[in-house]
Amino acid sequence: MSSATDAPPAATRYIDALVGGMADALEEDDSVILIGIDVGAGGGIFTATKGLHERFGDERVLDTPISEMAFAGAAVGAAMTGLRPIVEIMFMDFVSVCMDPILNQAAKLRYMTAGALEIPVVFRTQTGAGKSAGAQHSQSLEAWFAHVPGLKVVMPATVTDAHDLLLASVRDPNPVVFIENRRLYGMRGELGVDALPLGRARVARSGEDVTVVTWGQSLRECLAAAEEGPASLEVVDLRSLVPLDMETVLESVRRTGRLLVVHEAVQDFGAGAEIAAHVAAELFDELRTPVRRLGTPAVPMPFSPELERSLLPGSKAIASAAHSLQMEG
Amino acid sequence: MTTKSPSHEGPDAAAIPARELFSTMALIRAFETSVAQLYKDGEIPGFVHTSLGQEAVAAGVCTALGPDDYLATTHRGHGHCLAKGVDVDGMMAELFARAEGICGGKGGSMHVADPSRGVLGANAIVGASLPLAVGAALSSKLRGQGRVAVAFFGEGAVNQGAFHESVNLAAIWDLPVLLVCENNIYAEFSDSRRMTRVPSVVERSAGHGVDGRAVDGNDVEAVYAAAREAAERCRAGEGPLLIEAETYRWHGHYEGDAQRYKPEEESAAWRDQDPLAVHARRLVERGEATREELDAIEASQRERVDASIARARSLAPPEPEEAFAHVFGD
Repeated sequence: MSSATDAPPAATRYIDALVGGMADALEEDDSVILIGIDVGAGGGIFTATKGLHERFGDERVLDTPISEMAFAGAAVGAAMTGLRPIVEIMFMDFVSVCMDPILNQAAKLRYMTAGALEIPVVFRTQTGAGKSAGAQHSQSLEAWFAHVPGLKVVMPATVTDAHDLLLASVRDPNPVVFIENRRLYGMRGELGVDALPLGRARVARSGEDVTVVTWGQSLRECLAAAEEGPASLEVVDLRSLVPLDMETVLESVRRTGRLLVVHEAVQDFGAGAEIAAHVAAELFDELRTPVRRLGTPAVPMPFSPELERSLLPGSKAIASAAHSLQMEG
Repeated sequence: MTTKSPSHEGPDAAAIPARELFSTMALIRAFETSVAQLYKDGEIPGFVHTSLGQEAVAAGVCTALGPDDYLATTHRGHGHCLAKGVDVDGMMAELFARAEGICGGKGGSMHVADPSRGVLGANAIVGASLPLAVGAALSSKLRGQGRVAVAFFGEGAVNQGAFHESVNLAAIWDLPVLLVCENNIYAEFSDSRRMTRVPSVVERSAGHGVDGRAVDGNDVEAVYAAAREAAERCRAGEGPLLIEAETYRWHGHYEGDAQRYKPEEESAAWRDQDPLAVHARRLVERGEATREELDAIEASQRERVDASIARARSLAPPEPEEAFAHVFGD
């Protein structure tokens, strides 16, 4: 188990950065608890909670029955009475059976009570198509939550952010939906690189021709596309959809005059449309070409690896879309 | 219930705050009667669900709790909030959607909350009070606070997954949760006895290994005694426990519901079991109060509610910018 406060290994895996973020949160504040299916002695099905039960015990790391409605709702009740729960929803698709605690309770109770109740809860979950997990274990549903006022939506794409944004989410006084991508779990990187607060986007790579805005695992594809050329891409990692740092996006698009938004989630009605609308509204006269989006086509994710690969926006499709934008004007 | 200590052998007249129970029921009766009329007159916006006829459950349970005990309730929660000590003026102003309402005019009838009284809120989602109370009880247990968390819900909520998941979770974690089902027979417009093969909520909780007791929900002393014993047992680590209070909803699911689905003779029979009248008769018979004294208590509660109405009418709505406050905390 790694932790930012211990000496980190030279290259930390994303999943170990998550474990470290949770360990630091549990260590620094004894009101932090971890709740979820198999998060205890089992260490989580992806090892995201490995060693935490051993280190913090039964009262801080609680295994639950397969009852997302009850334990997500109980986490909200615990958050309004002084605890700071981290709830693991094993796959993002499973939020479908516990939307009430997230959508109607956590997101709204501060507002409906004019601030009398505070709900510091983190709903940790993971998504990630590309592993033949099928249509019920592959969905990226971040736009659902970004559409609900009162929820922060955080999507770490780097090892540093896996640790830092998780810790920041636990410290945040608001409910946070924290979305990991399981294809990033084995990715190695450094902790403590270019640390930024929650709510700020990061320019992951500077470029001149096209601004590419992305988040989550698509960041890797966009950075790979930037290597492929020929267009010079400025890649912006949003890091969180709520808060949405449009300032960093607009500043970049003002320079490049072109915007491509890339996400793994279904393109239709996705968060990319929100970014595109903002940019079109703010920078209409400065855009050299229409804004373009690249997401997964609007079909349920198929099981077949070949079909799945054909749908997900990869580096070649991104490079090609960016190049065609550059050619358009 | 399985264990009893000698001091918990049912209602002990000497220990029961009988006049306080009457006074609390009278407050709820006055509040709900006025609110129903104000809604009809168009003075209160939104949806209103009154608890007329169910006053004994709210008064009996909440009087048995301490000020720090938690409570999560339902869309029909006015009585529970009042009985737990939420300010009458603040509540009435909230129903009038005034800036000085207990929730700044942003919650309304279905979302009255006051954490300073342990009230985690009325809630407009059927069954939602259950997991929230389980979480509050988890806080109490992990922080060693000795607080009990009460979830009020109707028998309609017992057909929600949230009920079964929450009762099971509270059971495996041995949480100090007192589950109070107000069985008022109707789940919205439908007769609940036709919506399950097991109409007894006590039986259904027993299936999760949770002890329950059915009480006459129109007998405030019976409710109080059951709640006091259950709360003490929860504090002693014997939770969760369930009380099924059998009662009747005089008005519709919401104000304005014509109640075509209820047989008249049934409604009339339950009106004869008016919880205030039942308790008043008993107080007079036992020589603990005269009819005149009880009339004076009722009149005084009506005056208190009337004053809250006059005050609410005089108050301003929230400023437009208030719509943008409290979405997020800093």
